[in-house]
Amino acid sequence: MNRAQQSSDFGSAVARCRKDFPALGQKVNGHTLTYLDSAASAQQPSAVIDSVARYQREDHANVHRGVHTLSARATEAYEAARDKLCNFINAASRSEIVLTSGTTESVNLVAQSFCRPRIGPGDQILITHLEHHSNIVPWQIVCEQTGAELVVAPIDDAGQVELEPMFELMTQSVRLLSLGHVSNALGTINPLRQIIDQAQKREIPVLVDGAQGVPHMVVDVQQLGCDFYAFSGHKMCGPTGTGVLYGRESLLDEMPPYQGGGDMILEVSFDGTVYNDLPYKFEAGTPNISGVIGHGAAVDYLQALGMQNIQDHEMALHAYMVSELVKVDGIRLIGTAEKQASVQSFMLDDIHPHDLGTILDQQGVAIRTGHHCAMPLMQRLGLPGTARASLGLYNNRGDIDRLTAALEKTRQIFG
Amino acid sequence: MTQNAELQDLYQELILDHARSPRNFGRLNNPTHAAEGINPLCGDKLKLYLTIDSDQRVNEICFEGSGCAISMASASLLTETVSSLSVTEAEAVIKSVTTRLTHGSAVIQNEKLYALDGVRKYPMRVKCATLAWHALRAALGNHHTPATTE
Repeated sequence: MNRAQQSSDFGSAVARCRKDFPALGQKVNGHTLTYLDSAASAQQPSAVIDSVARYQREDHANVHRGVHTLSARATEAYEAARDKLCNFINAASRSEIVLTSGTTESVNLVAQSFCRPRIGPGDQILITHLEHHSNIVPWQIVCEQTGAELVVAPIDDAGQVELEPMFELMTQSVRLLSLGHVSNALGTINPLRQIIDQAQKREIPVLVDGAQGVPHMVVDVQQLGCDFYAFSGHKMCGPTGTGVLYGRESLLDEMPPYQGGGDMILEVSFDGTVYNDLPYKFEAGTPNISGVIGHGAAVDYLQALGMQNIQDHEMALHAYMVSELVKVDGIRLIGTAEKQASVQSFMLDDIHPHDLGTILDQQGVAIRTGHHCAMPLMQRLGLPGTARASLGLYNNRGDIDRLTAALEKTRQIFG
Repeated sequence: MTQNAELQDLYQELILDHARSPRNFGRLNNPTHAAEGINPLCGDKLKLYLTIDSDQRVNEICFEGSGCAISMASASLLTETVSSLSVTEAEAVIKSVTTRLTHGSAVIQNEKLYALDGVRKYPMRVKCATLAWHALRAALGNHHTPATTE
């Protein structure tokens, strides 16, 4: 038995973690729930759910404001989560961890506070054809505001960024490169080190949309060398409404605030306001305290299992999924990059993905169907959408077997 | 009812037949009325073309587009149903179909349309079935903006 097999269903703590996720124990439409939609949102382990409930039952108060005991407890737990997140992606300093509502807000923050003041007509923002709408639309908005131009690096038919053409697009006009770590629709893992090296040679700052990266692999922002890295809590077993913008301290320092309000100031008078230090300058208003605490608990949970173990388990399971899917008559895999995370898009015969999604749901199998918030990518592939099965650490071979059985049944119904 | 039976209720032969071979599929060169329907959730997209003659009767109707089996079958059945109706009659059918799909009880003139009833158990899919009917309402109202399911 090779290492991959060992870590897929036997032996490892990851393979036994399914019981930690209460939602996975239920029946849906009379069948064991087969949850294959973690790329949309991952289920939460009891440790996360309990940490949020404990805060709400015992420690709830506003942060950074009161001198009373509950406020101190809330502040301590909230700031401890920041430290955990800092450690999780190996940022150099906790000042570089801006807590946001999610990847989308993180990207918008960079668009408005980093790009908008420093770009204008003649400047370009470079993205790729793989991107999620949240890594397209914020740039369209800032381009509209400033007269800058959005430029898109091409991909090949397997769903991989074409590197040489992309490097050619990295001209002096490019003021930011923003790209995903992992494609949410196709699972393609971008060769970030190689791309960032080229960008650095040309002094182009790089934002990485890491929403689909952090849940599945070890991420070290210092080793990657990116300038910004954005990710969400709910894709990594934390609550919704939480996220992080990692930013290089020297850049964050130069940037004006994103929103004004409480907590982001040192001193306010009608003559002017002195902004707070990093990272608080970017955190206006009462934050999602319970969510951030839950996000911190998710980091504890994932780190106890080990991100490398999680990655090994998911990679072995993805290989099994691909090997089983191709045995189903009429299956066409969409996205066949050399390096792929635990996401697989596919089509079955000429059945529309939404019909497929409904029939699978009736068999307890939850997949995502549609354009995956990546309409330009779907247009590039010439598809209205795809069916997508995405794996989390808690999935096992039984889930894959139930998926393929449900696909066979779909073929019977559609005859 | 077993799930199998429920699913077959949704994807009954009439629906699958209309989805596979939609009737009146294509475009009119000189429509008097046209409208587009978009379901942003699913990516279903269709365009309806009509010619309405001087006595306010639907003379020709056809559609083109792409989408799931439910949206395509619904559009196909729509063209069969509305063809040769007066505008007032067509408006009444739109009302009874959308009411039946969303609230459950209206009587519809064309019995074939009861084949769409299965969708009521699938709240996420009701919009697929109503899309063509929203587009028809827009076309009859000469609305030039696309009808959406949102």
